[in-house]
Amino acid sequence: MKLLAAYSVGVIFGLGISLSGMANPAKVINFFDIAGAWDPSLAFVMGGAVLITFLGYRWVFTRARPVLEATFQLPGKSHVDRLLASGAVIFGIGWGLAGFCPGGALPVVGTGQPDVLMFATALIAGIVLTRLVMSAVSSNAGSLKTDKFKQETKES
Amino acid sequence: MVTEFTPFASLLGGLLIGLSAVLLMFLLGRIMGATGIVSGALMPDTMSDWAWRVALLLGMFSGPWLFRAVSGELPEISVPSSPMMLLLGGLLVGVGVTLGSGCTSGHGVCGLARGSFRSFAAVALFMTSTVITVFVTRHVLGV
Repeated sequence: MKLLAAYSVGVIFGLGISLSGMANPAKVINFFDIAGAWDPSLAFVMGGAVLITFLGYRWVFTRARPVLEATFQLPGKSHVDRLLASGAVIFGIGWGLAGFCPGGALPVVGTGQPDVLMFATALIAGIVLTRLVMSAVSSNAGSLKTDKFKQETKES
Repeated sequence: MVTEFTPFASLLGGLLIGLSAVLLMFLLGRIMGATGIVSGALMPDTMSDWAWRVALLLGMFSGPWLFRAVSGELPEISVPSSPMMLLLGGLLVGVGVTLGSGCTSGHGVCGLARGSFRSFAAVALFMTSTVITVFVTRHVLGV
């Protein structure tokens, strides 16, 4: 049941992306090209999506829990840190260069279009490498802390 | 390359994207973020968190084919960027969305709709960064 629900949500998302033009880098780049052949279509995508989600979430969050799970899983962080800021800036550079964002490119991976596959491969490499580096850094930081803790306990 | 202004199709597409975000929260209690879904499908923390993400991705892949069944053709994909820019762009997008915990769908749709301050900051930063990048590549470097 959960899998069928997730699959159906994916179909609606993929259909929405197909209709919206988000899977078309020429259109995406033109949205950001204010000094050139500006195409404001993507403002309608964002506007429509945010409006429906804003209204829908207000209704969903009046419920105690989701239909098929015990709890809502929402991001807990509320402050802006360096990771978020640098990540957003790097994402923007990549989006401007390629014209694809993850949500725009993933649904059309199934079409087998070579440009999409090239982008998706690089995207996956970027995600996996970054996660490996981040977990190595955080476990290093963790073991440093434990070492320091051990030293401190020895000293005392 | 001039592209056609498509307010109706884009608005309808946006409404469907919003509907998928609402349904995922209503049914599974999750944020409809493409980054989190693909990242969790590639490197899951627990197995129970893996299957729904894969099912959702398979659904996404079906979307363009359903679009073709209705409209007669697959969605248009014209790529003005060189293969080098696509690869470098893809890599930077992957690094950026992982460090920044989200992309256009997670921060831009769900985060803004939830009134998350982090998402407002992320969206402002990545939109600005994209505008500057497009300006530099198109009008300064002339790619």
